[in-house]
Amino acid sequence: MRFWLSLKRAGLPAHIGIIVIVLFAFAAVFAPWLAPYGESEVVDAVPWATPEESGTLLGLDQLGRDLYSRVLFGARNTIALAMGITILAFFMGMTAGFFAAVVGRWVDLLLSRLVDIIMAFPTLFFALIALSIFGTSIPVLVFVIATLDSTRVYRIARALAMDTNVMEYVEVARLRGEGLWWIMRREILPNTLTPLLAEFGLRFCFVFLFISSLSFLGIGIQPPAADWGAMVRENGVAITYGIFTPLVPAAAIATLTIAVNLVVDWFLRKTAGLREEY
Amino acid sequence: MGEPILKIRNLQIEGFADEQWKPIVNGIDIDLNRGEVLGLIGESGAGKSTIGIATMGYCRPGCRFVGGTIEFDGVRVDELTSAQIREVRGVGISYVAQSAAASFNPAHRLIDQYVETPVQHGVLKFQQAAKNARAMYATLDLPDPDNIGKRFPHQVSGGQLQRAMVAMAMSCEPDLIIFDEPTTALDVTTQIEVLAAIKDIVHRFNTAAIYITHDLAVVVQLADRIMVLRYGDLVEESKTHEILNNPKEDYTRDLLAVRTFRKNSEDLVSGPVPLIDINNLHASYGGEIKVLEDINLSVEKGRTVAIVGESGSGKSTLARAMTGLLPPSQGTVKYSGIELPKSYKERTKDQLRQMQMIYQMPDVALNPRQKLREVIGRPLGFYFGIDGGERDRRVKELLEMIELPTNYIDRFTPELSGGQKQRVCIARALAAQPAVIICDEVTSALDQLVAEEILKLLDRLQKELEMTYLFITHDLATVKAIADEIVVMLRGRIVESGLKDEVLTPPHHEYTELLLSSVPEMDPHWLDRLLESRATVN
Amino acid sequence: MGLTRLIANRIAFGLITLIVITLLISLALEALPGDFAEQRLGQSATPETIAAIRAQLGLNEPILVRYWQWLSNFLQGDMGISLSNSRPVSELLATRLGNTLFLAGASAIVAVPLALFLGILAALYRESLLDKLISTSTLAAISLPEFFIGYILVALFAVNWQIFPAISSISDNMTLGEKIYASLLPIATLTFVIVAHMMRMTRAAIINLMQSPFIEMATLKGLKRGRIVVHHALPNALSPIINVIVLNLAYLVVGVVVVEVVFIYPGLGLLMVDSVTSRDLPIVQACILIFGATYISLNMLADILSIISNPRLRHPR
Repeated sequence: MRFWLSLKRAGLPAHIGIIVIVLFAFAAVFAPWLAPYGESEVVDAVPWATPEESGTLLGLDQLGRDLYSRVLFGARNTIALAMGITILAFFMGMTAGFFAAVVGRWVDLLLSRLVDIIMAFPTLFFALIALSIFGTSIPVLVFVIATLDSTRVYRIARALAMDTNVMEYVEVARLRGEGLWWIMRREILPNTLTPLLAEFGLRFCFVFLFISSLSFLGIGIQPPAADWGAMVRENGVAITYGIFTPLVPAAAIATLTIAVNLVVDWFLRKTAGLREEY
Repeated sequence: MGEPILKIRNLQIEGFADEQWKPIVNGIDIDLNRGEVLGLIGESGAGKSTIGIATMGYCRPGCRFVGGTIEFDGVRVDELTSAQIREVRGVGISYVAQSAAASFNPAHRLIDQYVETPVQHGVLKFQQAAKNARAMYATLDLPDPDNIGKRFPHQVSGGQLQRAMVAMAMSCEPDLIIFDEPTTALDVTTQIEVLAAIKDIVHRFNTAAIYITHDLAVVVQLADRIMVLRYGDLVEESKTHEILNNPKEDYTRDLLAVRTFRKNSEDLVSGPVPLIDINNLHASYGGEIKVLEDINLSVEKGRTVAIVGESGSGKSTLARAMTGLLPPSQGTVKYSGIELPKSYKERTKDQLRQMQMIYQMPDVALNPRQKLREVIGRPLGFYFGIDGGERDRRVKELLEMIELPTNYIDRFTPELSGGQKQRVCIARALAAQPAVIICDEVTSALDQLVAEEILKLLDRLQKELEMTYLFITHDLATVKAIADEIVVMLRGRIVESGLKDEVLTPPHHEYTELLLSSVPEMDPHWLDRLLESRATVN
Repeated sequence: MGLTRLIANRIAFGLITLIVITLLISLALEALPGDFAEQRLGQSATPETIAAIRAQLGLNEPILVRYWQWLSNFLQGDMGISLSNSRPVSELLATRLGNTLFLAGASAIVAVPLALFLGILAALYRESLLDKLISTSTLAAISLPEFFIGYILVALFAVNWQIFPAISSISDNMTLGEKIYASLLPIATLTFVIVAHMMRMTRAAIINLMQSPFIEMATLKGLKRGRIVVHHALPNALSPIINVIVLNLAYLVVGVVVVEVVFIYPGLGLLMVDSVTSRDLPIVQACILIFGATYISLNMLADILSIISNPRLRHPR
């Protein structure tokens, strides 16, 4: 009830964001039923045929496949992949971060130094090394990006857990004789959840953009699977002929990231206000 | 006398909270004559600080003027342009903040921050202002007044920095100074220096002042007149001796009566074995910095032992060493004659249960994401395996014991007031049915009236449950109120200990003497007499 | 004492990171699926030639020995031979590196002052129309992938209005003016991305600072707003601002890769991406090492500068 009320008061930007996210999620889930053609079905062997020429909504791509259908399938592939990677990254990063903060000493030192080293080097280059060694397949992609991204989650989770860990209510729990697991789950987690949720939104955007960039660079999701970043790359040349096909998937990426950012922005302002209230 | 230097009529200020504007100051009138010192006193939320800075035409972010007039030296401050207001600030009215450490710019030397006001306002040339600064540092008894100005803020001690800020406020010899809780963050012995400095300056330059504090005993040393505020309203306004001798309002009487509570400590019996016995205890941080040295202490069942000392005395560390949070490097802690493992991690559930703690900040001692059911119920479940309806019944019993309504069981902790939270902390400790409760500065963060209620509650519970307390505090008034025995600590060592009356009656150890004499009394002449007596001794 | 020690620690950490990274890169060869020599020879591989190549490349030596050889060769400018066209890597890299430095440098020269100016302006006039405009548009801008901005600029300036070329062909015999003209769109794209990030960070840093009690004290001393900002806020803002600048320069190092691909700009980034696709490892190694070293040094510089600009550390008790 309170949730719906605050949602109603969230303001226009957040509402736009939420509507866009819901629409995209819908498209991703129901892509096979919404798409008029198959993921890699060639409609007409005319590259970049206009909507009028091909009788489709957005025209055809470089191989004569239906762009609209591919955008829908792309939503499915890219969003699902980004979501999976973000969840995995949070699982790894939060577990390690909480563990380091609560146990402290050498565990913390070891994990933090390791993360420092990984973070001292751009994610893109790490991904490039890893992908050039192991080749580009979905499992490699998921594992590599999730591992790299979990270092960011680790930093935040650890910092938040540290802040909570010095609170006297955690000391009370320790002195009571509570175990490590109980402290992490009942004392630390509930008090770090709100900022971590906001961070999840931001990390999702980052991962999503990152996959798109990798695909755009040709080392992410491989054809013929539809992926927005890869679609921009494949159709990139068309723009010099005045054909705006590559802008469609690029705009889809931009719209979703902006939408998530708008919601996160509202969420952060809302929770910041909450904290003052206490 | 002529016209008052400051004339405020019907001042109204609002603050933004919970997405709406709420009043913080409701129509306050102030008249202040030249050279007069006005004390503004009240508990947190009284609006006293907001009024203080409002005289300078300033509202903190999140606050706004709603109505009323502010007239300083015949000029309507509330009608000035921002350029004109600047000419009043620092020159006509200056400000002394609570935390000098945060209010000095860390990037500049003290003297540069002193001369800035007169030079920027074109009142004095740099050389003259710097000369004045050195003279003012000397007046305020700062060490090495010729050179101390060359230091950066983080290079001088807290008390010195606070005096340097008083000096800075005097740089343009203003007609009015606003003192906003200038000694609240200081130890009692340091507080004396700063109070003396303020009193001296105000009299010497015949400056009018508004002195804002929550401590009545402090303000009576300085103020000619006192305004008692509550929730942004005026409760009572009178000459200082009138307030002290003839208060008209109940609330003022309550404030005066604070610290008159005395525990009845009669016929203390000793058992065959002390409940807690500490022998030759040493502790250090990281094996290098010694924080506790050779602590010997025994606590009898059913007694309250107060451990008193200033910041850095090691009193809180003693609690940490006893509970095993900071395993001692040497020495033993015995409970009922049995030695406890050094680290809490090696202690049994039952050993942990016997020793419970209550903390200074109830806000951070309670998990904000838990309901009272879980906060108080968890020790019942954890130690005694009580759950379900039986647990709820026991939690309600405990709520009654600490005088909270039983339907609070479904409230989250942030929904409670500060005093209520501290009561919940007490209930949580009691739920474990401990033998000893260690109270670490449990009343320091609370308003005085609330603190008094907590002390009375603790005393009642002690009688009902034969509880033993180890009471850690810097506040001697609390010690006098609740202790059976007193332990005085200084720099990690015990300097004096014994039954309350023994310690409080002379002859004392010299540090105990210093500590005791530094506690402000509700007597306008206390500070003068103290300074006089200390001067004759030296 | 504290100051030099902190800086020494920071430099040591930077060096350790570099060593770990180089070790990782050089060991990349080991982890490669299939035999490296086999791959190098492709179709023409016979057991004899493979053995010869292995010996020639020193693949039979222990790992650490090979690492040491690779590193010392690298430091002497010998970065190995490209697998795809058998030319020395250093030769391929030389002109490309210059082009990339030109692109990144030009973007930084435009972006840094612009972002700082707008960021500080937004912070000082907080909640004003200008601030809201800046905050909203930067929020949108950081959500856009670099290639989207790049293609939009191409669509507008190269296709629609035909003012600038869509593909930036740079060669050594061009004048500076020609070079700038040819690479104006990539520079604009990079600037756009960096400015958005840098402005948000600058704004946040300044707002954080302006809420300090010592700023309130300066206000209550009746100082002019300009004086408060320049004399009281700025000396303390130095450390966060330096951090913002250097962190974004480091970000530039990464952003340049994508932008080069969009505009087919003949820089290091494009070369690296092409080499990853064709699995030409010596080139990838060299590129990553150059980019990585730049990135690590910039981060190190940021930390050291912010340590130095902290008055508490500069004037110990």
